[in-house]
Amino acid sequence: MEKLGASELKEKGKEFRRTILKTIANAGSGHPGGSLSEIDILTVLYFRQMKYDAKRPDWPERDRFILSKGHGCPGLYVVLAEAGYFPKEELTKLRKIGSMLQGHPNNSTPGIEITTGSLGQGLSVANGIALAGRLDKKDYKVYLILGDGELQEGSVWEAAMTAGFKKLSNIIAIVDNNKLAQDNYVKDLKDIEPIDKKFEAFGWETQRINGHDYEEIIDALENAAKAKEKPQLIIADTVKGKGVSFMENQKGWHGKAPNAEQLKQALEELK
Amino acid sequence: MKPIRDGYGEGLVKLGKVNKNVVVLDAGVSDSTRTEWFKKEFPERFFNMGISEADMVCAAAGMSTCGKVAFATSFAGFLLGRTMDQIFVSVAYSKTNVKLAGSHAGVSVGEDGPTAQSINDIAMMRAMPNMVVVVPADAKEAEKAVFALAEHKGPAYIRLARSDSEEFFGDNYEFKIGKATVMKKGKNAVIIAIGVMVKEAMAAAEILEADGLDVGVVNMSTIKPLDREAIIKAAETGVVITAEDHNIIGGLGSAVAEVLAEEKLDVAFKRIGAQDRFAESGPAKELFEKYGLNGKHIAAAVKAVAKK
Repeated sequence: MEKLGASELKEKGKEFRRTILKTIANAGSGHPGGSLSEIDILTVLYFRQMKYDAKRPDWPERDRFILSKGHGCPGLYVVLAEAGYFPKEELTKLRKIGSMLQGHPNNSTPGIEITTGSLGQGLSVANGIALAGRLDKKDYKVYLILGDGELQEGSVWEAAMTAGFKKLSNIIAIVDNNKLAQDNYVKDLKDIEPIDKKFEAFGWETQRINGHDYEEIIDALENAAKAKEKPQLIIADTVKGKGVSFMENQKGWHGKAPNAEQLKQALEELK
Repeated sequence: MKPIRDGYGEGLVKLGKVNKNVVVLDAGVSDSTRTEWFKKEFPERFFNMGISEADMVCAAAGMSTCGKVAFATSFAGFLLGRTMDQIFVSVAYSKTNVKLAGSHAGVSVGEDGPTAQSINDIAMMRAMPNMVVVVPADAKEAEKAVFALAEHKGPAYIRLARSDSEEFFGDNYEFKIGKATVMKKGKNAVIIAIGVMVKEAMAAAEILEADGLDVGVVNMSTIKPLDREAIIKAAETGVVITAEDHNIIGGLGSAVAEVLAEEKLDVAFKRIGAQDRFAESGPAKELFEKYGLNGKHIAAAVKAVAKK
């Protein structure tokens, strides 16, 4: 696959934002805030960084991706459709009866490695995939996106300890650090900072970037992919609802669809 | 006499030799669960994940997405109680090829007391869609079940016990998922039992024989999918007793009662097991006496309902 440069990726990311909002509005429910905060990272992963073949979702050599914060799946679905895992018209069926696109990702959908939607499980699954890769002498990487609020789940730390202890350097975890959970700001709910020091104490290498700056995302991922000794954490500072003025960093846009008028305004802003 | 968990440990070693995709995970109790026998033979395919059951279960799910048959093992209570959400999402709903093995199940664990005496594990796993639930009655059946579960593609739970158990089955025994075994035929009543309770049921049948009652025993080693035909057949005697080292709510007794009700079978029926209460520390034998779980109690239950 041809690797796109930062400016092309940025254009793609903008188009994805529009599609995410249209998809959620059409579904009548879903999670726009976290989809908009993570989308620039997903764009770089799928259109520059990762090795995969959408026509062969079970290709054994593929890099794996897990959306541990499963509620951000509208963002992932839009990217998977563009990558060719399934036809784009499936997006119009999101959350509807009989659709392959469930409200949270299920592994019967092409491109979804494992079901997520209950927070705190993705990193442990990634550990298993990384250990299997080591056993089978494969050189694939395991990428995953964690939510910052998700770091409040204790099971994340069991998994972080395992990855650090077993030196699973083929794991690259990105925290979508949008600082806003469902009902409150993460720092007020239960502060998780300093994220870098916590993970470093668990045996990880960390980087901190602006999660909406394509040059920084590209550099951080390429840097992490060179790791030989430690699991890699990228703390991506993001804004929940990024790109839509009335959603940015606003409580209430965690799990709500925009109405027709709001969609119109959002699409106007994303021209 | 041999502990059922030993059969699991031996089964894994034998399976590991013929199936290179088998991996075994443990949560820091590999000496007790006998997975250390597998570790000795296949160290590269053994993963001790530390005392982190939730992490272990999801790691097993991850490995299974890479073609592995992953046996995730710990004490039943911790393996399942700690990880119900992980099993629900990453194993059951994801249909990953994960085999959950819970040793030290039931009141028969004994001295370690109620925190280690898992008495609701079957109930939890029965209510989990896509989950096969197996409870071997002896070490050989456990060994055979390990092979059968590896053949079966998808999630499964196998319940193992710590204490010594009678040896009923030999090398020729063929274990089939979903198929009950008639251990003894009987005309007056049938005791349907699982795990360590099969030997108690056999003892009860012997006691009753002295009283002139011809009582059969069925080993219902798969709880899910349940062998309905075996229950319908047992009901022909007019008296059905279930025996499990588990709460009478949600386990074997409930599963059998559901079939009896749905099939409109008019039988005298009684559930032997933990009577919706916690036991305590003590030798297994004394606990079985105090909490109504031994052959004598089963025999008394048969007589009580057979009279009516």
